[in-house]
Amino acid sequence: MTQFLSYAIPGLPYGCVFALMAVGLVLTYQTSGVFNLAYGAQAYASALIFYVCVNAGWPSWAGFLAAVVVAAPLLGLAMDRFLYRFIRSAPVLVKLVSALGMLIAIPSALQLIFGSQERLAPPSLWLPPDSVYFHVAGDAINGTELSTVIVTLAVVLLASLMSHFTQIGLRMRAMAESPRMVQLAGINSERVGVAIWVLSSFLAGLAGVLLAPLFAELQALNFTDLLVAAIAAAALGSLTSLPLAFWGGIGLGVVQELLGGYLPSGSVLSSGLRPALPFAVLIVLLLALPGLRERWFHDDPLSACDPPPPPMAAAIGGHGLEELLRGGGWAVLAVFFVSCLTWVPGNWTFTLTQGLAYSIIFLSIVLLTGMSGQISLCQAAFAGIGAFTCAQLVSHFGISVFVGIVAGGAVAAVVGVVVAMPALRLGGLALALATLAFGLLADNVGFQFPWSGNGDSGVNIPRPQLGSLNFTSGKAFFVLAFVLLIACAAVVLAIRQGTTGRELAAMRGSELAAASIGTNLAKLKITVFAVAAALAGVGGALYGSLQGTVSPNDFNSFLSLVFMVVVVTTGVYTVQGAIQAGMAYVILYQVLDYLPSEWRNLFPILFGLGAVTYALHPEGVVEWQKRRVVEIVVGWRKHPEAVG
Amino acid sequence: MALVEGTGISKRYGGIVALDDVSVAIDRGEAVGLVGPNGAGKTTLFDCLNGVRHLDAGEICFEGRRIDRLAVYERARLGIGRTFQRLELFAGMSPREHLMVAERVHRADGRLWKDLIGRGRARAPVARVEDLLVELGLDEVADDPIESLSHGHGRLVELGRALVQDPLLLLLDEPSSGLDTREAVGFAAVLLEVRARRQTAMLLVEHDLDFVQRVVERTYVLDFGKMIASGRVDEVLADPVVRRAYLGEVT
Repeated sequence: MTQFLSYAIPGLPYGCVFALMAVGLVLTYQTSGVFNLAYGAQAYASALIFYVCVNAGWPSWAGFLAAVVVAAPLLGLAMDRFLYRFIRSAPVLVKLVSALGMLIAIPSALQLIFGSQERLAPPSLWLPPDSVYFHVAGDAINGTELSTVIVTLAVVLLASLMSHFTQIGLRMRAMAESPRMVQLAGINSERVGVAIWVLSSFLAGLAGVLLAPLFAELQALNFTDLLVAAIAAAALGSLTSLPLAFWGGIGLGVVQELLGGYLPSGSVLSSGLRPALPFAVLIVLLLALPGLRERWFHDDPLSACDPPPPPMAAAIGGHGLEELLRGGGWAVLAVFFVSCLTWVPGNWTFTLTQGLAYSIIFLSIVLLTGMSGQISLCQAAFAGIGAFTCAQLVSHFGISVFVGIVAGGAVAAVVGVVVAMPALRLGGLALALATLAFGLLADNVGFQFPWSGNGDSGVNIPRPQLGSLNFTSGKAFFVLAFVLLIACAAVVLAIRQGTTGRELAAMRGSELAAASIGTNLAKLKITVFAVAAALAGVGGALYGSLQGTVSPNDFNSFLSLVFMVVVVTTGVYTVQGAIQAGMAYVILYQVLDYLPSEWRNLFPILFGLGAVTYALHPEGVVEWQKRRVVEIVVGWRKHPEAVG
Repeated sequence: MALVEGTGISKRYGGIVALDDVSVAIDRGEAVGLVGPNGAGKTTLFDCLNGVRHLDAGEICFEGRRIDRLAVYERARLGIGRTFQRLELFAGMSPREHLMVAERVHRADGRLWKDLIGRGRARAPVARVEDLLVELGLDEVADDPIESLSHGHGRLVELGRALVQDPLLLLLDEPSSGLDTREAVGFAAVLLEVRARRQTAMLLVEHDLDFVQRVVERTYVLDFGKMIASGRVDEVLADPVVRRAYLGEVT
């Protein structure tokens, strides 16, 4: 018992932070219908501001006021007022992509403002971290742990008193039940909504400041993991119950530490499984709780009274413009090909070859999200599976790298099927969360073994060789990558133009109607997931062979999110969009490399903000601009009103 | 033997009994109405017949074969077509494409390998699709994006999408809702013509009783999940039980 307690008690501070986040997440999801993926970024924002203030010599109460009481609610309100309230009735995909854009843009924007240097030993909020107050079951309780637990309990007590004994609390609880009913009762639900965003953002800020000192360094990535832990805790309460979400958070924190205590130390299992627990819990919950799946759709008893969601804006252009763009695209591609073989300097050829590999990975997102309306937040993991499969096969069995690349795609496809099978019955938000959790699980556990990604040291993939043909030189490899990209693009185009593509478009339009005309949605989704995973796997293996050495960090879970926002910004509906995305990705990175290091943060900011415009320009804001420009330049007058 | 026969169908949502021991039978080529106040369970019965929801009790036979455990798409392939109360259209596709995709799914043409070798593409216009577009009066708007069409056209596209698959039974969920009087009359005429040409059996959920009377031979009346009457429309409407359900207690 003493041993059990000594393992369990250090989990309490983590549990408290998870619980605060989970409660805040459920609050806004229930009342505004927006699943705020940027919640982790909000927590990070407050933690960072607190750090900066305290390091500038402010007393910690002043830092607390600035970071948690002022900055956090302001940020939350800004997001609600300028973004979320406009997309409440939009399709799930739009809401998720917009929130994803914020999740990616906010941390970088902060680092651009406050500098992106290492931030070691984040300060504790209240009690000093190095003094021990008392011992429980052999655990020394330090100031950080003690203050985290006390502050959490106090805040939760206050919040529940408020929700039960004040008018605004009563209205908030009514909003959680049904915002529309609240409106019908003559209450200004917008104002209550604002109060809820303030409260929820305050909780995020508080959680961020409390969590920071539990890690040695303040890193944005820790807060993405925190977000997933909070989602898992919220899922324990079916995303609706605040008390269950709270206790779910506490429980998760405790069980995580228990696992760390009882599992053999030093093994990958204990170092990997402990942090991966929330993701595993989330996947299991999504699959096991049928109520959770139905909950995503029917949150408000009056939701049937809503007007149908507004249709997505249509892309500019009639058929003539389409053909022009297609022809122009091929021409640009041909010029690009010849240029790279003739006058482009070697280091740029290398960069552009990377772009070709990324383009293949991005084709998988065009197929999944653009053509089928499914959202997967683990495409980088599939790319990693492709690369590591190729590396292991080549180094252990001495097979040709070509065969390795194909095998990488095949293994990724098989894993894709395994992921898709249970996720099938999920849709929209649940699918996004399940794939997000899978990506984190692959990253933290799956890729750490010597037989897969081999942790930080990574694995080697040589350049391929075919008889006397040798692809070690930059130009030869460029040609290989180019041909492979054309082949993959041909596959996607063939699917789009064939019956499968039409069925996918139908499924994207309405799953209910697609099923009612006899489309086997399960089979269709598995197929499209498998093909997409294969594309990502081939792209990943090609990238690995280009780099020579790749490690799990080249395919980390955060990259999956970045990939998504990049493709959504440059054009998610078309094959051209994927190639634009691949090129924009590497070229922008290379250009920013010439600038001072701070400027590198512009990259996620630009694409994050690009993704936020998804609701307005589902075809991609870059694609939209391209079409406008082409239309004006060519003087297209078929739809004169669209040009002006 | 009836084309479709549901016996003892029950469906609960938590504590609410949406359908309580409901039985229906529709013969080949017969048009039957399904009326009742809001919340009576009409759409739930539709969902049970076409497989969107599973039954808590009872069974459904289609052409003598048990279908209540089959998925939506399997029932669709057996010949149960459906339209929706709230339009369920494929965003970004034209009316012609709506019919084309339904036609291809009907021919079970959706093999991935066929697409990959280029055999799955549409080349020539498909005669039955073109004919149907003309029959429903959609030929003028056949290539417009679906978002730009009126609600009435949307209803016709849903009907065409179901009809192109030659269904034996057509489930129509409030086809006149959202249509003005003229459009509703037009839609009823289209339905009559469809019946005259193909002898498709229909089950029609509808509040507009004029519309019902124009199209169907007999009707069922649902109230609070129970089947309270069935028979010819005018007889059923004269039934005091039905009057009470619709109008409340009349004394």
